[in-house]
Amino acid sequence: MIQPTHSSRRILLPARAWFIYFSLLAAFALNLAPLGRVPGIPDWLALALCFWCIHQPLKIGMGAGFFFGLAMDVALGSVMGQHAFAYVLLAYAAGGLARRVLWFPLAQQALHVLPLLLGAQLVMLTLRLATGAEFPGLAYFLSSLVAALLWHPLSYLLLLPQYRPVERDENRPI
Amino acid sequence: MPVAGHIGQGPPPFFKRGPAPLARLLFFLALALLLMAADLRYPAIESVRTALAALLWPLQKIVMLPVQGAREAGVYFADIARLQQENEELRERQLAQANLLLRQAHLDGENRRLRALLDMGERLDVPAKAAEVLYAARDPFSRRIVIDRGLTHDVQAGQAVIDDVGVIGQVTRVFPLVSEVTLLTDKRQAISVQVARNGLRAVLTGAGSGAMELRYLPANAEVEPGDTLLTSGLDGVYPPGLPVARVMRVERDNAHSFARIECAPLAGVERQGQVLVLGKRVAPPLPEDAPEQPKQSGKGRKASTAR
Repeated sequence: MIQPTHSSRRILLPARAWFIYFSLLAAFALNLAPLGRVPGIPDWLALALCFWCIHQPLKIGMGAGFFFGLAMDVALGSVMGQHAFAYVLLAYAAGGLARRVLWFPLAQQALHVLPLLLGAQLVMLTLRLATGAEFPGLAYFLSSLVAALLWHPLSYLLLLPQYRPVERDENRPI
Repeated sequence: MPVAGHIGQGPPPFFKRGPAPLARLLFFLALALLLMAADLRYPAIESVRTALAALLWPLQKIVMLPVQGAREAGVYFADIARLQQENEELRERQLAQANLLLRQAHLDGENRRLRALLDMGERLDVPAKAAEVLYAARDPFSRRIVIDRGLTHDVQAGQAVIDDVGVIGQVTRVFPLVSEVTLLTDKRQAISVQVARNGLRAVLTGAGSGAMELRYLPANAEVEPGDTLLTSGLDGVYPPGLPVARVMRVERDNAHSFARIECAPLAGVERQGQVLVLGKRVAPPLPEDAPEQPKQSGKGRKASTAR
């Protein structure tokens, strides 16, 4: 399936499934970096998941969100199901917005993504506060702001494989 | 795609996307909530977590390499003068402690003989092993660190962790190669303590953002700012007499039945470095013909709820 980019006349190549999963895995690995309690480090996995749910809603969705969320819970030592819950909601919302968001320029796309990421964080915060954890401070929400700022460069990076030149084909004029 | 072939046999596969999104959403949310409830209520899910964590460990190790490399490079380029100064300080401190250390064996022996004379139970020795703090867990809702000793090094959940100044926390989760230590400043961590000045017993719990609170003491309790709190040993987790915290502020308001007592940890609870994992403490056996225990002595048992 070839889809046009919405803001330009350029026709993108189809996204490859292995690249989608590879980028999600890379984002997960970035999340594992032992940086401690520095505020403002974006949740790479949430960002990548949001990106693919918006760009390829037919290929990636709530199932991937659930399993990557579980992996996050195991790796970070948080309550089992906390990230899974938030990521499933995020994937659902991003998939629902997919047809709308891509018609906007990148800066405004980031404005659409910001409330999604903030919502996912808010869900996790509510779940954990309900189970008796401490409030981590408002700096906790900084990571979503940083992630939204990264939407622009990330869009170019993750779409790069789809921008590659089409293979030469004798039978096709393009 | 031969769309025509599907006419009359239902919709073409392009529209077949499984259950409706809302149904899938509800399914996954219910599953996540179920897992969460199971994790909070039943310990069985911990073994699943341990197995999955073991699978994820190689990936974690790979990601850790560049961060550790950067840290080691930073140490390598550290000022030599600073290192020399630190070395000098350490040597001085060692000399200052030599007096105590040299007499320790003698005092231990004397203490044992005196306790035997008085017919008191023998104090049990607590073995310890050194461990390195790998990183602070990234979960922002709790205060935990990860150390480089795990199941393969005979670490068990429940062991106390100290540094050179005092108690840091307690091992709460053990993986094959690493284990997770919940710090004293975690909101769900409690420790049974004793005021060093007058032996008053109380429960110290984490209060979030690096502070601790002395709970359930009456408004007229004899606690002053500057008091040192030691472990009381009543909880059966921490050996008695280890420094834990210093009282920072005491707020006595007669409107409330309890005093508000804020404390700060003595040990480098929120810093990284080397720590000591104390062996599992075996509570001394109760005397055989002991009379019925009065109810109050169970107060300290409440401590050491760990998560």
